[in-house]
Amino acid sequence: MSNNIVSKLKRKKIEEVIKTGKRMDGRELLQYRDWQIKTGFLEKSEGSAEVRLGKTHVVVGVKAGIGTPFEDSPDEGVMMVNAEFTPIAHPTWEPGPPPDEAIELARVVDRGLRAAEVLSMEELGLVSGEKVQMVFVDLYILNYDGNLIDACSAGALAALNTAEIPDLKVSKGEITQTDKKKKLKLRAHPIAATVVKIGDEFIVDATVDEEEIMDGRITVTLDENGNVNAMQKMGAIGFSVDEIKKCINIASEKAAEIRAKVMAVTNG
Amino acid sequence: MVPGDLIYEGRIRTGDNTYRDGGNVYATKVGLVNYSKDRVSVIALEGGYTPLVGDLVVGTVTDIELGQWLVNIDGPTDAILTVNEAIDKPFRTSLDMTRILDVGDLVVAKIVDLDRNRTPILSILGRDLGRVHEGFVIRITPSKIPRLIGKKGSMINMILRETRCNVSIGQNGRILINGRSRADEEIVERVIHKIEAEAHTSGLTNRIQEYLKTIKEEKK
Amino acid sequence: MSKTRKRKTSKKWERVDGRKPDELRPIHIESGVLPNADGSAYIEMGRNKIMAGVYGPREMHPKRLSKPNQGVLRCRYHMAPFSVDPRRSPAPSRRDMEISMVMRDALEPALFLERYPRSVIDVFVEIIQADGGTRCASINAAAVALADAGIPMKDLVAACAAGKYENNLILDLGDYEDKKGQSDMPLAYMPKFDKVTLLQMEGIMTQAETDEAIKMAVEGCKKIYEIQKETLKKKYGMVQGEAAAAEETPEEEPESPEEPTEEDKPAEEEEQ
Repeated sequence: MSNNIVSKLKRKKIEEVIKTGKRMDGRELLQYRDWQIKTGFLEKSEGSAEVRLGKTHVVVGVKAGIGTPFEDSPDEGVMMVNAEFTPIAHPTWEPGPPPDEAIELARVVDRGLRAAEVLSMEELGLVSGEKVQMVFVDLYILNYDGNLIDACSAGALAALNTAEIPDLKVSKGEITQTDKKKKLKLRAHPIAATVVKIGDEFIVDATVDEEEIMDGRITVTLDENGNVNAMQKMGAIGFSVDEIKKCINIASEKAAEIRAKVMAVTNG
Repeated sequence: MVPGDLIYEGRIRTGDNTYRDGGNVYATKVGLVNYSKDRVSVIALEGGYTPLVGDLVVGTVTDIELGQWLVNIDGPTDAILTVNEAIDKPFRTSLDMTRILDVGDLVVAKIVDLDRNRTPILSILGRDLGRVHEGFVIRITPSKIPRLIGKKGSMINMILRETRCNVSIGQNGRILINGRSRADEEIVERVIHKIEAEAHTSGLTNRIQEYLKTIKEEKK
Repeated sequence: MSKTRKRKTSKKWERVDGRKPDELRPIHIESGVLPNADGSAYIEMGRNKIMAGVYGPREMHPKRLSKPNQGVLRCRYHMAPFSVDPRRSPAPSRRDMEISMVMRDALEPALFLERYPRSVIDVFVEIIQADGGTRCASINAAAVALADAGIPMKDLVAACAAGKYENNLILDLGDYEDKKGQSDMPLAYMPKFDKVTLLQMEGIMTQAETDEAIKMAVEGCKKIYEIQKETLKKKYGMVQGEAAAAEETPEEEPESPEEPTEEDKPAEEEEQ
């Protein structure tokens, strides 16, 4: 993404059209593309979600495992978020270790989940200081047409909300797995919404072309109570304080809309 | 037809998307077999772009080397545009090439040669060729381009008449659109995508004519 | 997470999932599923779920890996961390790299790489869920994705594995049979040429069993080949009834050039 050649012509055209209040694909400035969310379709994964947002297509897998806790929290489980930019998703994406953008995506989604205290980490402890349950959230990008953060954030919530992890019992320092599965108890339902700045205008749910020519963006993750859990500003420009406030307002409204769509699928 | 399908047994002249093995002719791509006069060919339904001399293409400058630009035209390899084929003046090393074309610029060019490595050699000397200043590009499968143009330009001319847009069709599947209003441009975009989706069906010309009438009514 | 089943005490031997020895798992393939890729295919073979994407022919970067006289076919087999249980690291393993190589050798004979000097054709396969026989399923998807991209091919390539489990020769091993069986033999085949392009084997089989297994796998490949063809034709409704439309269409096409195109010359030169 950062090595794409920025076409001045593309920038000029998109900016021109956005000034008229519409996008190149006919959408309103603050309109998302159609969402399609599916969950629970992977059998080897404790939780799974498939999200299509326009042509952006991602699969999120939630897997449980057993590992060692962090030193400063011996009784808490561990959550890790990882993103894979697969080379099928875009002609410029090459095979190899995750690029910077993938790492940023994973960390932004992670921060939103963690700050909202989505998982009760204490319930994932097993043998103090030695063994805990781990929850892995893997963001797998199959087709990239912009706005990976919002798509992955919704997918992560959907996958976590429908995941069933092994029910483990500890007796005398030995861990045994019962026949049952237990649902992950989510304490909050954070959703990320990203606002993109192009010139003086703000849009949401940018396509790959719009992201290519944008000046910058702010991602805000909020929970269902309207609390801000995480924020991330990206792009080498400055935002005024008013602009930031405006972005938070937009994100707040959009996060609620997205959350409603996710909950409709996962609570069914 | 799919790759490997037998389309003719025996000797016959072969056209596009076929190959000979033993005494038979087989298809190399997914498509519809076409028997015409004394030859057999397959009209491919999908396909990347194969550069041919004489083709008009729309490309993006990806690199600047001494005396030439490298241009991405969505072909098997990048194309080369030398300074000689860009300006009428002779090349001097003091020339600042970025003032003519810079990385990221869009160009409409003609393929004037294929070198011995099959690298397309471009030229922007000529009418309606050169750096693009206005408009935007959409992409369709290159194999559908002939359908978009139509017999002797019949299809595209009909579209241009009805929408008052300027459209440059690159054989490489990239189409430059520049209209007087966004509404006109959107009509052209929709029509082109419809042609792409239905290129393999018959009666398309009439259907597109009807379609154009319908969307123009909608926009009023 | 595979089921363990008690073996039935009846005389007739059955596979763990009830299939006949030479029965394939249910297969479902869809082409053109990824908007960005030049060609793509999604396959479900049993519980395997695999996505294949093709880009190319395109300029090869870095240039030093390109070949002056022919194109390069680059295959990459990669598994999602959640595709298996327990979770695996997203980093490519040595097994992934080996499979990538044999996949390339399986698909390359079907292509006309000599037409694309200095270019690369990229085939990327992502395993979303694995349940035994992923390299064969990957090849099946990759072949459809290559055709979907409009890359000229001499033939499609189909693949499946034969093997031995509890002293019975079986076709299309599932994960359980693969892990607990006595032999696993993935094979890829080009039906038109009657040529095997991938062959690997691991286990213990007599030579007679090996011959039998190869025959079995080839028959399996032929069945899969028909499914691949149906998938490609389906996208354009090219069933029998549409033949009439096909005859009309050429009339509306602009005149094709009379001279053979560049593409045909090499083919005619290499007449067997």
